[in-house]
Amino acid sequence: MISFGPTEEQAMVRDTLREFASKEIRPLARECDETATVPDAILDAAWQLGLVSTQIPEVYGGGGEPRSPITNVLALEELAFGDAALAIAALSPAGFAMPILDMGTDEQKKTYLPLFTGERFHAASLALVEPSPVFDALDLRTVAEPKGDGFVLSGRKSFVPLADRASHFLVVARSTAREGFAGLDAFIVPRDAHGLEISPLEKNLGLRGVPSAGLVLDRVEVGRAARLGGDAGIDGRRLVASSRTALAAVMLGLSRAVMEYALPYAKDRIAFGEAIARRQTVAFWLSDMRIEIDSMRWLTWQSGSSLEKGADATRTSHLARQYAADASMKIADDGLQVLGGHGFIREHPVELWYRSARTLGVLEGTLAV
Amino acid sequence: MIDFELTSNDKKLLDAVRTEALVARQYARHYDEHEHEFPPDELPEAKDFPNVWSLFAGRTADDTSMGVISLLMTMGQTWGDYSVRMRRGKGGLGNAALRAAGTPEQQAKWNDLTLAMAITEPGCGSDSAGVQCTAVLDGDEWVVNGEKIFVTTGCRADGVVVWATIDKSAGRAGIKSFLIEKGTPGFVVAHKEKKLGIRADDTAAYVFQNCRIPRGNLLGLDESIPRQGSGGFRGVMKTFNMTRPGVAAIGLGMAEAALDFTREQLEKAGARIEYGPGIHGQSAAAQKFLRLEGQFEAAKLTTLHAAWLGDNRQPNNDEASICKAKAGAAVREITQGCIELLGPLGISREHLLEKWFRDVRITDIYEGTGQIQRLILARSLLGYTSKELK
Repeated sequence: MISFGPTEEQAMVRDTLREFASKEIRPLARECDETATVPDAILDAAWQLGLVSTQIPEVYGGGGEPRSPITNVLALEELAFGDAALAIAALSPAGFAMPILDMGTDEQKKTYLPLFTGERFHAASLALVEPSPVFDALDLRTVAEPKGDGFVLSGRKSFVPLADRASHFLVVARSTAREGFAGLDAFIVPRDAHGLEISPLEKNLGLRGVPSAGLVLDRVEVGRAARLGGDAGIDGRRLVASSRTALAAVMLGLSRAVMEYALPYAKDRIAFGEAIARRQTVAFWLSDMRIEIDSMRWLTWQSGSSLEKGADATRTSHLARQYAADASMKIADDGLQVLGGHGFIREHPVELWYRSARTLGVLEGTLAV
Repeated sequence: MIDFELTSNDKKLLDAVRTEALVARQYARHYDEHEHEFPPDELPEAKDFPNVWSLFAGRTADDTSMGVISLLMTMGQTWGDYSVRMRRGKGGLGNAALRAAGTPEQQAKWNDLTLAMAITEPGCGSDSAGVQCTAVLDGDEWVVNGEKIFVTTGCRADGVVVWATIDKSAGRAGIKSFLIEKGTPGFVVAHKEKKLGIRADDTAAYVFQNCRIPRGNLLGLDESIPRQGSGGFRGVMKTFNMTRPGVAAIGLGMAEAALDFTREQLEKAGARIEYGPGIHGQSAAAQKFLRLEGQFEAAKLTTLHAAWLGDNRQPNNDEASICKAKAGAAVREITQGCIELLGPLGISREHLLEKWFRDVRITDIYEGTGQIQRLILARSLLGYTSKELK
């Protein structure tokens, strides 16, 4: 049945996060961007809202709430409305934990999920993106070669969120034998693995508030038990779709931040004797923002819904991410233009959103819903 | 619960609509090229198809709500063809106006007529408050004078609801709707319009010359002119809030047909379209197609959302404008883009793609252009009146 109505619980999560994003996250966004750091306090505060831990089954110490990609999509939109970088930082453990919850063996769940049920934020991240201009999730350069009972991982990763503090990485690699989605495998790699080098923190255009780093995997040997899903491997489609959906939700939240900032500005700013919003050119930018934000939201929900049903979300997630990347860039661009010269000044957040939008659009895997 | 999956009852209904639409599509080219003919009220094949409305019998509260499923059915119909239907529905836009504004007696009297709606004039389109057509009371009769164009179902309708002013100096407040039956002396159907697309559709131009109608033909019978505001006018404009998602759906059905055809032809020619690879793993043509598909999907969802709000008794004025603006722009981009992707095959009249390109174009114009929708939406977002944001 086609329905656009969140459940009562989902509406509650959304409302709580909307307030948290405005009161707790937004005020920190500028400083985190300028200093390229994220305070532990905000990560812990976000963690205590239970976004990850509640969906982990009780047997592993979690809250036992139903696993819901749709709820996670709603949460990400709100957090990213506060700040996209802090949203990614706060939910980066989901990029590690959710794939384990969905596709891990019992042993893997038992070992790793309890890390994410405590009172404090625990960093662990998904490592999918690679530092190559021709990066493609279906054509990864990081490879996993079978050796003895385990695997040898070689390659490079980039934009691994909180790599400076993550205890583990979920490294996505191409198995030598198979192509496309079927060739995707993921391996649980502890930060002290022999042959794993964590690069110094990256200096990026946007999303500077989430410290990220590259990984260099120089023949990292892992055991058979490190392969996510065990001998059966993983559903590569689901992993990529989940990550694309999460990014779409972040871009949606960022776009809403731009609109809600540009709109009152356009009403207040006087030029030629009247508010600039009273000119159709400016007013139509604002209309288009709202039209595209609605568009993004339904595409993202649709993709979250496919994931929630366990259906193949390859198509819906591709459309949602691609659309959100195009639309959010346009919205941030127009939002900056609404502010004119002030949009270029770092006293206003719009230039930050403009950089973040460009950055988000080229990412592929950092999170999961 | 947020859900985008159709139920089995939904699918049964939409499959039936699509099956009929494919039959109707066989006649699409003929009526496009013979625009002086009208498609029949029922296709010869109709006897082999039970009426799709009979499939509503088994629907439950777990199925997709009425407004949403109706829009999906509209999309299914125009996916076949804009004008040709297995069975032509009764009634026109004027019937909706009669239901909205007529007294119970008026509704009972004219309910069985097919009524067109005549608003647009040679000198006024989107600015429907600029109506020049006049109605002057003379004894117990109104005398109507003026011209109307772009009257949908204008040739075949039994009568028409006409917007005319009873006092030009009163602006919008002076505009009233009158019901005029065909055959009334002084009411001439001047011609059928010759159009870019939807050629099989009945679009007429009317002339009223000293056309005398009974005083009781004023819809709602309210002859007063409000001193302030435009309350009555707003009431009339409300009709549009309900029809905008429907118009969005009409365009989207044709855009979907264009995408389906383009995908099929590209794949036949060896160009694969996949949802997995990034921009380096896919041809430029495939990437273009995927972006068009994203536009389609986005426009479709905004349209269904507007209807879903209505079904759940939530305000949807903004959303009606959002979907009309989104779909109007999307269907233009999609059909233009599909022709680009198929090149010579796209422009050939051997196929229907060039026809869909022509047919969809009107949906970003009638029932409020994309620009009017953006204006309405901007006023709502900014809290501006029509004076503050012109």
